Amino acid sequence: MMAPERLPEPELQAAPGESPAAAISVATLTRTVKDVLEGAFPPLWVRGEVSDFKQHRNGHWYFSLRDEEASLRCVVWSRDTRRIPAPPDEGMTVVALGQVSLYAARGDLQFTVKTMDAVGDGLWRKAFELTRARLERDGLLDPARKRALPFFPRRIAVITSADGAALHDIIAVTRRRNRLVELVLIPAAVQGEGAPASLCAALDRLASWGGADLAIIGRGGGSREDLWAFNDEQLARKVASCPIPIISAVGHEVDISICDLVADWRAPTPSVAAEHAVPVLADLQRTVASLGRQLQSGAADAIRGGRRRLEQAARQGGQGARRLVERRRLQLGRLSGQLHALSPLATMARGYVVATSPAGRVVTSVAAIAPGDPLQLRLRDGAAETRVETVRRIEDPTDGQG
Amino acid sequence: MMATFEQALERLEAIVDEMNGAEIPLERALALFEEGISHLRAASEELGRAEAAVKVLTEKADGVLEATDLGG
Repeated sequence: MMAPERLPEPELQAAPGESPAAAISVATLTRTVKDVLEGAFPPLWVRGEVSDFKQHRNGHWYFSLRDEEASLRCVVWSRDTRRIPAPPDEGMTVVALGQVSLYAARGDLQFTVKTMDAVGDGLWRKAFELTRARLERDGLLDPARKRALPFFPRRIAVITSADGAALHDIIAVTRRRNRLVELVLIPAAVQGEGAPASLCAALDRLASWGGADLAIIGRGGGSREDLWAFNDEQLARKVASCPIPIISAVGHEVDISICDLVADWRAPTPSVAAEHAVPVLADLQRTVASLGRQLQSGAADAIRGGRRRLEQAARQGGQGARRLVERRRLQLGRLSGQLHALSPLATMARGYVVATSPAGRVVTSVAAIAPGDPLQLRLRDGAAETRVETVRRIEDPTDGQG
Repeated sequence: MMATFEQALERLEAIVDEMNGAEIPLERALALFEEGISHLRAASEELGRAEAAVKVLTEKADGVLEATDLGG
């Protein structure tokens, strides 16, 4: 007989679960399966049809993704639902990004979804339409609500990012058209999770400040996600209750936002918003000068007519006529005096500048000057000594008379 | 007050139309002309304002909002 001590005792070294004596708990098994599953699968995109969708009181979403052969229980934690534009519809085909896992309490296979989208842009369109319908129900999309924009705004508030393309474009266009119009930036985040709240806060500041007579809210072009803040319902309601007329300018021509729908005017781009809001200064100056000239000629006609009637009355003689003649003479004198005072006004309206040569001669044509010539500019409140840089002739038939 | 420029232009156009229409009494012409001059002056002054800078709305320590020059 050989020594019995070389035989091992296999039962004592049994792996967990290998024998009744080594049975493991349900919790141990499910925890192990969960670890193995989560380790074996990286986050994956899964395609399927949504069924049994339920939104729990605590904000989590529960549903199944299924196809002809299989079904998978899914959950979206409430903090992740904010990244998804709208809850999916029953039967909608979606793609969902998530992690395969195990729900230990029931031993169910569970797919924890981080984000999802309908095949196509179904969820975005649905969210947009839901918001639009709520605003419509409250009458905020009524065309009769739209206010006229001021003809010549003095101060325009611009609600956008301080370092975005939109601000740059609006400044450039405004400066080119009319340097009298003041722009006041009210900075706001225009993309990302905090953007709707930031834009709403900017609108609150605009309202409590009260210093502008027109507002532009918007941003330059970007992806659908970048522009999404402008589809926020709270923001739309703030825009609708803006105390002054407001232009919405979000992205490019093709991008329509909820903000566009409630604003008083929708600009296809921020540049166009400025084009539309700001009248060209030279046009205003021409209009004023032209009205001044028409007023002048109207007065001249009245003086001619008055003089003619005065001469008639004087020829007829008589006592009553004498007093009338005297009164008319005084009126004519007053009108002529006023008329005289008018011409410098019309000139001032064109820009308050008179250019004179060193000899003191008023320069009215580019023909009289050449690059390098000294030129004195007389302005409303002083004078400047300047030198001509370049000379360019402009053919402008509307600017012919002096 | 914000609409003065637009109102001045509208009124000026109406005045000019009336003055250049049928012959009007001298008293009326004088009154219209005087009114027209005052609108013309208001409109010209509006166009003669100083050039505006780009500003940014900031909130002071006491919570008052103020437009200050935008640096750069």
